This record gives sequence, structure tokens and C-alpha cells, in this order.
Amino acid sequence: MATVSLDNLKKSFGRIDVIHGVSIDIEDGEFIVIVGPSGCGKSTLLRMVAGLETVTEGEVRIGGERVNEIEPMDRDIAMVFQNYALYPHMSVFDNMAYGLKIARRPKPEIAERVASAAKLLQLEPYLKRKPRELSGGQRQRVAMGRAIVRKPAVFLFDEPLSNLDAKLRVQMRLEIKQLQRELGVTALYVTHDQVEAMTLADRMIVMNDGVADQIGAPLDVYSDPETAFVAGFIGSPPTNFFPAGAVGLSGGAKTLGIRPEHLELAGENARARGTVLYAEALGAETLVHLRMSDGEMATVRQDSSAPMPVEKTEIGLSWDDRHQMLFDAAGARIR
Amino acid sequence: MARNRKAPPPGMVEKRGAGYWLTHLGLIMGVLFIFFPIWLAFVASTVSQPEIVHPPMPLWPGDQLWENYSKALVSGINAPVATMLLNSLVMAMGIAVGKIIISLLSAFAIVYFRFPFRKVIFWLIFVTLMLPVEVRIVPTYEVVANFGMLNSYSGLIFPLIASATATFLFRQFFMTVPDELAEAARVDGARPMRFFWDIILPMSRTNIAALFVILFIYGWNQYLWPLLITTDPSMNTIVMGIKQMFPSGDDIADWPVIMATSILAMIPPVFVVVGMQRLFMRGLVDSEK
Repeated sequence: MATVSLDNLKKSFGRIDVIHGVSIDIEDGEFIVIVGPSGCGKSTLLRMVAGLETVTEGEVRIGGERVNEIEPMDRDIAMVFQNYALYPHMSVFDNMAYGLKIARRPKPEIAERVASAAKLLQLEPYLKRKPRELSGGQRQRVAMGRAIVRKPAVFLFDEPLSNLDAKLRVQMRLEIKQLQRELGVTALYVTHDQVEAMTLADRMIVMNDGVADQIGAPLDVYSDPETAFVAGFIGSPPTNFFPAGAVGLSGGAKTLGIRPEHLELAGENARARGTVLYAEALGAETLVHLRMSDGEMATVRQDSSAPMPVEKTEIGLSWDDRHQMLFDAAGARIR
Repeated sequence: MARNRKAPPPGMVEKRGAGYWLTHLGLIMGVLFIFFPIWLAFVASTVSQPEIVHPPMPLWPGDQLWENYSKALVSGINAPVATMLLNSLVMAMGIAVGKIIISLLSAFAIVYFRFPFRKVIFWLIFVTLMLPVEVRIVPTYEVVANFGMLNSYSGLIFPLIASATATFLFRQFFMTVPDELAEAARVDGARPMRFFWDIILPMSRTNIAALFVILFIYGWNQYLWPLLITTDPSMNTIVMGIKQMFPSGDDIADWPVIMATSILAMIPPVFVVVGMQRLFMRGLVDSEK
């Protein structure tokens, strides 16, 4: 258990800068999710904390101690890889015990630690099996078990759920969260899936092109995005963007962002107009997709009790001023 | 056509009726055709010298088996066959094991370590593929002679021990091992050689078994090199030893003993192929993900 600090962390591969300086102080036991589209540098950031990637500039501190030049094994971390990286020729038990064997822990202690991790992850019946004899979810658990037995100060997860099917992903997501709570270990978790980020994170880092656009609690990030990128990336269906001019806003604002749930279909006092393309009734809610008069697409999320609009008809949109999010030409929020 | 036969494994075409029997007939004929010379050699090793030289050649084994084989094994013609078998075994094992160790380590270095001129070194190793023993045999002989390794096991083994082919094969295999595995081992605290020993080596065992078979037979069948550097009959290997058994001039060849030696020379490679085949077939069947 430890705090982790990243201090203006930068990374370049040759002349290409991939991370332009990320700073965050992570508290002991906090669950931090690094989220962003592919190629934004989120995995590189995690790998720098792990020690698998050298730090170009800045400092990584674990438990207050600078670890830039320290080998991964001495950083008191454990990592869960995207493809699990289980040793194919070793049994589940040996996979989990390998790190402890290298650390020359006494055999009874290894057996006991593996047994308790296996119990926690319900892997007890499979300890003698080889990874290829396990299902995807079980392999995932073994990868987690391998991290747990080392009793690290920090867990690092590199897109651990991306190889699982949708149902299993939801289930494992819950398990990871529970486990982290139970063990009270600081965790850094990389994902491109904003739902995972929202559900798991105590705080999340939204990465965009090597820059941490916003760091904050999921709901704060959702309701109060700092940049147009964050507003568009977090939330599903994504935020609607309208050119400021088209909706009669002047000043420095270039674009207006509004979440689908804050838009209302309105006959009168409409602030914009569009044509209904189709409506998706999802049960509890209905998503109405429109093409605005200037050609942009927009989505309205409304309660399923609200009247369904007729497709191909023109309709007005209205919203409350307090839900307006204004962004300048560079995508920064104007408040 | 509607006979009840077990369904063939998917992907295999099942032959029926006349085609089925014809195919088997063809295969059996082929086997007999290939096997016939070996059978003749075996027959020749069980009869007496006069029986061989008087035509027609006998086609069924005689009663001299024990005499011929014990004579070959214990006294031979120039050197006892037992000694030659031992020499061949040491040479073939030395070459196979040595080649595997060296190429495993060099491939490991090339794939997993960044060092200056890594690419150049790899290509230099690769280029040596174009230089078989026969091409460099005179300078190699010179070197071995200067080191005083004529008529010794080291002289038989060392010049043949480096293998670009095996290095290349292991390199290709190592490159298919996911990087994450190496990273996981690093996080687990495995130093490079520990990773090699605990992860890479067990994962390569199928390749090692296959290569061992090929390299053992390569070493066993070496002819020119042992012929050149072993002048002492007690260092002869069996493959060249057979040739040495032919008399020079007008002497009469002791064909039964020569044939017994030939049959004996075939046995160890057969054992290696049969024994190791099971290992690497198993490896191929339950292939790792």
C-alpha cells in the first residue's frame, strides 16, 4: 500500500514525443483509471510506472521514493497484462508462485499465499491445470492471482478486460473493484472503455494525445468536462456538439456541447431544428437521432414515457442554459 | 459404398472401395521397394563369405548371424565396430547437444538483448549458412591440426558445432513468443538467464526435440571430416569406418562382416528417430497457445 506520484512525466521515442508531461498525486488505496482512445499514450504512462519503459523526463515516486531507475521487481508493483501473459508451460499454481519462488520465499509461505489468493478468486479447483485448459475468464483470474500473491503496494492493469466477452467483462469489472476495495491496494488501470472508467475509478485521468486533459472523479468529469475532447469521449451516447453560430451564440465560444439527456424535443420555443432520422426505444429510455438543419447529427435521450416522435418529421430542440458547455476554438472550456 | 466405417477425422478425405485397396497396395509396394536393399544387407550379414561371392545371391538369412556380428563388434577389420559405434555416438551427441546449446544462446541474445551491431551479427551468422564444411575444409583442417586436435573427440566435434540454421530457427521461434511474457517475467523478478531457463527453454522443448533428431543424424552421417582428421583406427567413426573396411588391392572383402557393420550403423539413428518422434509429436499435438 502506497501513494504514487507522477511529476511532470514525459516520454519520447526518438524524436517523437508521446507523453507531454503528466502530473498526479495518487493517494494510498485509490483506484485511478487512465482512459483514452488508442494511441493516446495511456499504456506508455502505465508502463513507465511499472518500470517497463524508461522515463524521458520527470519523476515517478512510489511511497514517496523516486523509482525512475529501479527495476520493475523492486518497485513493489504487480501488473496484469492485456493478454494475461501466463506462462503456458506452467500450472496455475506455478504461474502464481513464480514471482515468490524467484524472491526465494519459503515453500510453506508460497503454498499458503497461493492458496489464499486462489480461494479469493475461486481458482481452487484449477490449480493443477495449464493455462490453455482454462476459459478466458479463468485465465484473467489467474493473471489477477499472480498479481495478488505478491502483495504489492500498487496494482497495475493494462486493459485487462478487453479480451473477454461483454457479459464476462461486466462481471470481472465488479470483481476487480471489490477485490481492490477488499485489499485496499492502490491501483492504476488503463482502458479505452469509458464505461469501465466510469464504474471503476475513484478518479480518472482522461488522456488525449499524450496530455492529461482532465483528472477528476468520474461524475465530476462527466458533468463538468474541461475540454471538448473529454465531453465527447466520456458518456454514451456522446455529447452533441453544435457550432456556436448556428444556435445563436456569440462571443469567444466556437462550439456548444450538450449531453443527450439535457436536450428536449420541443414544438415551440425551439433553439435549433432538425429532422428525426430514427428513434431507438431501449426500454427505460429512448434515443432519438436527428439530423440538424446544418447537417450535424444529434442525439436526444428521453424517458420512454415521453411521446415518440414520428420519423422523417421536422422537430425543434430546446435546452436549459445551465446545461450549456461552451468551448473555444482549441477545445478548451469557456466558463 | 454404404458400409459402416468410422467417420474419418474432419479434413481428411476417405477413400472407399477399389481406391482404398489400390492405395494400400501402392504403399506396400513402395515400402518393399525401399526396404529390399536393407533386407539384402541383413541377409548378407548372416551368411558366410563363400555363400555371398557365389551367385546367385542368397535371399533368405543364413546361420552365421552370431559369428559375423560378434566378429564385427569385437575385432572388426581395422578397429572393433563397438569402438567405432562409441566414437560415432560421442561425435553425434556432441554435435547435436553442442549445436543446440550454442544456437539457443545466440538466438536468445539476438532476440532479447539490444547491443551494438546486433543486426550485423545476425546477418554474419546467417551468411555462414553459405559455407558448408566441405568449402572450408582445408583451412579448418589447418586450424584443428595446429591446435593438436587431430585424432580426438574435440577435433571431431568443435569444427561442426556452430549452426546458423539452428540459430535462425530458434530466432524465428523466440520472435513468436509474446513480449508480454518477457515483461511479466521481468515484473516477477526474473533476471534474463532465469527467464531463459524457466520460460524460454521449456517452451522450446518441441523445437529442441525436432532439431536434436536432425542434428544427431547429421553428426552420425558425417563422412568427409572424420575421414580427414582421424588417422588412428581407434578414432574412426562408423560411417567412414565402413569405407575403410574395403580392402585395397587384391584382398578379398569380408562382406558378411562389412554388412553386419552397416546394419549396426543403422540402429542408433533409428532409435533416436523413433524415440524422439514420440516426444516431438506430442509437442506438436498439444501445441501451446
